[in-house]
Amino acid sequence: MNIVDRRLNPKSKSLGNRQRFVRRAKADIRDAVKDALKKRKVTEVEGSEKITIRSKSVREPSFNHGRDGGVRDYVLPGNQDYKAGDLIPKPQGGGGGGRGGKASADGSGEDDFVFTLSKDEFLEVFFEDLKLPNLVKNRLKDLKNPLPQRAGFTSDGPPAKLARIRTLRRSLARRIALKRPKTEDMARLEEEIARHEAETPPNEVLIAELKARLARMTRMRQTIAYVDPIDLQYNRFDKVARPTTQAVMFCMMDASASMTENLKELAKRFFMLLHVFLSRHYKEVHVVFIRHTSTAAEVDEETFFRGVETGGTVISTALEEMDRIVKERYSPADWNIYAAQASDGDNIPDDMGHCIELVENALLPASQYFAYIEVSEHSGPGETIVWHGYSELAQRHKHFAMRRVTNPGEIFPVFHELFSSSASA
Amino acid sequence: MVALANKPLFDGPEWNFELIGRTYDAIEEIGVGEMGLSLYKNQIEVITAEQMLDAYSSIGMPQMYRHWSFGKRFARDEMMYKKGARSLAFEIVINSDPCINYIMEENSMTMQCLVMAHAAMGHNHFFKNNYLFKQWTQADAILEYLAFAKRFVAECEEKVGLGPVEAVLDAAHALMNQGVSRTAGARRRFDPRKEREREQARRDYEIEIYNELWRTLPNAPKKEEERTDENRAEQRALLLPEENILYFLEKNAPKLDGWKRELIRIVRVLSQYFYPQRQTKVMNEGCATFCHYEIMNRMYEKGQVTEGSMLEFAHMHAAVVYQPGFNEKHYSGLNPYALGYAMMRDIKRICLEPSDEDMRWFPDFAGNQDPMGTLREAWANYRDESFILQFLSPKVMRDFRLFHLKNDADNPAMRVEAIHDEQGYRKVRRMLARQYDVSTQDPDIQVTDADLAGSRRLVLTHFVRDGILLDKEECDRTLMHVARLWGYRVRLVEQDAATGRKIREHETLPLP
Repeated sequence: MNIVDRRLNPKSKSLGNRQRFVRRAKADIRDAVKDALKKRKVTEVEGSEKITIRSKSVREPSFNHGRDGGVRDYVLPGNQDYKAGDLIPKPQGGGGGGRGGKASADGSGEDDFVFTLSKDEFLEVFFEDLKLPNLVKNRLKDLKNPLPQRAGFTSDGPPAKLARIRTLRRSLARRIALKRPKTEDMARLEEEIARHEAETPPNEVLIAELKARLARMTRMRQTIAYVDPIDLQYNRFDKVARPTTQAVMFCMMDASASMTENLKELAKRFFMLLHVFLSRHYKEVHVVFIRHTSTAAEVDEETFFRGVETGGTVISTALEEMDRIVKERYSPADWNIYAAQASDGDNIPDDMGHCIELVENALLPASQYFAYIEVSEHSGPGETIVWHGYSELAQRHKHFAMRRVTNPGEIFPVFHELFSSSASA
Repeated sequence: MVALANKPLFDGPEWNFELIGRTYDAIEEIGVGEMGLSLYKNQIEVITAEQMLDAYSSIGMPQMYRHWSFGKRFARDEMMYKKGARSLAFEIVINSDPCINYIMEENSMTMQCLVMAHAAMGHNHFFKNNYLFKQWTQADAILEYLAFAKRFVAECEEKVGLGPVEAVLDAAHALMNQGVSRTAGARRRFDPRKEREREQARRDYEIEIYNELWRTLPNAPKKEEERTDENRAEQRALLLPEENILYFLEKNAPKLDGWKRELIRIVRVLSQYFYPQRQTKVMNEGCATFCHYEIMNRMYEKGQVTEGSMLEFAHMHAAVVYQPGFNEKHYSGLNPYALGYAMMRDIKRICLEPSDEDMRWFPDFAGNQDPMGTLREAWANYRDESFILQFLSPKVMRDFRLFHLKNDADNPAMRVEAIHDEQGYRKVRRMLARQYDVSTQDPDIQVTDADLAGSRRLVLTHFVRDGILLDKEECDRTLMHVARLWGYRVRLVEQDAATGRKIREHETLPLP
């Protein structure tokens, strides 16, 4: 007999098989991911996803007996009160009745195949559609901001960092250990001496003894310091480089009727990508949805993408709304502010001036980055009103960027361009 | 040894390699020394839960060629496991020489002990001694053959790309159950080294005889009579009918490249290797369960395991041999562990304390006072079907409360044909045995005609028993795979086995 420890052998021997499986089922998985994306919220892109695929491409057929028809015999255990010759009516609807005609053991009879895609596999499929070059994922700019972080205690430091409680606790322990006389005990003793001295005739012997005790205690109090240098403890801080932990992402979108379902889907992809990007860099990412027609309002995600409103288009209303929310809730000192605006480029002509002024004077100074995405069904020539208006802004400010997108395949390149330009800025 | 015997081998759940070694020795002493088992050398390999999942997906074999279907199995098993819907097996044992036993790191020491008694004794003995395994599998060569298969598939993938290799394997997998020669006599032993040489020779020969000139020769048209004559001669040459479709395609498909034939051969060899296991599920598990039960109890008698361990063991054992009734929630067919174990325990009882009934039913061995001899003989010379037919006793039928139900699609009701009573025993037993006969469970499909010279059409025939036809959708898909391998039109005729009446026909062309 031989015992072999195989526990350290390479794990996931099946990885190759799994990759083959995912590749095989790719078309199905892509469809499933697309479905899932529609159902999913912008903020939920990154969880690992349970995918149900119609197993067209991963079916393993074989010659099997059909489930109905013919004469079948079953031997079953657990007879309770049947006797030979009993008739059992067949269940309605089901052809077989008995369960003997089950599919073969490897389950090739099943229709849907459910399994879980890992987060990486999911993002791979997600980004694949967006033409993600594999390398850039990690190269995107890290926003590091060194912060002091508590790192325990030290015996040395500036007075301002003195850890008082800690110091006093040590002092107390030392005083107890060295039996330093307490103030109350001293006071009580002095009181006792005074009482004895007040007596007539005073008990000289006792008083002398008490006085000697008092003297000894006073001496001890002098030698044993209340707070000794060895008690001192200081708070210690390390400078830890880490990204500022919170960011807020403003999604602004034109909700007027000219934005079709497709255009919204495009914009949604962009917002999702931005969210994935931000949540890789920040601990906490808030998302604010603002949609506008001729008026703007903060809404929840569902309304943001689904709701259609009628009305004109006044972009500045959304910008004002954002400005208001920033002032109210997201102070630029505490938050990294990102803004992404999507529209089909339509606006009331005399609103553009106001827009530019708002962006330039109020929003850009507060934001890390402001991206404007113009979505359109086809890439026609000519500039839209918004595009024209924003062009001059983009020239003056490096953290303002604008791109045009016409199909989902372009989203990632555009996204990449936007953020790599910010990295070089 | 005597001193050891009075002291438990272990106490508590922790295990280590030395302890496993000592426990194995104690188990072997009982298994081989007292029960007379004859074993392949055991190799016990400790693996983690993840590795167990890995092993699952490659049908329990230590190595396997790469194919997406194993990945699919893995994805499903992994999810079931993570959801907690299914726990992992405690062991996997491989019919190889030396016999490889995988045991899981997470098992407690009692479990390891149980698992060794189960797999390293029970399964091992069964693999080594059962006639089907002896006849059909070569335990000493399988590991090397798998290594060859894995390397060969990898080489093919490198040469022609993943896609084409996958297509051939898909097709061959679809025909796996039709890749078994059920009736052939003693087969040629396969020797992995010879396999490799044969494959190389095949390739070399192709290169040697290749001549650009042959392509330019015009084919002289032949007369009609000549053709039919040729056909008849050809059919004789092809040895039709042939039940092993994979074998037939490997040898005779007109358009296959050498490497494709080799891939088909690999799948065929594996299918043949697993065929005995499909036919002996009840016996194999029964034998292993019987062995672990006997050995654990004997160890307890000898004071080698503690009462605590026995309680843990009893709990596990009860779960393994649990048989829910047909109308209970957990019912999913007869539990092979339960049935096999119950039958073997009952054989032991019949040998030692037969009742009058047993004397009537089993005059040849009732009361012979040699349970182990009787069992060893049964383990060696039977498969599930014949074992049940021969050894299922009225007592076990009563204990299981077995009854026979007939479901005729033409009748509005199902009929209870027989139950566990004096009139029904033999009938129930016969029907149950049939239920375990793999060759009646698999559809009987044979290659009946192949026209190699003319239309090149291949004809398969499904001999329909009891009016049970093939699942149409699955059948059409599988037929596509046959067509892909054959390269030309394929027809499948379903005809009644008894009357020869044609019931249904499927036909398909290979996709370009």
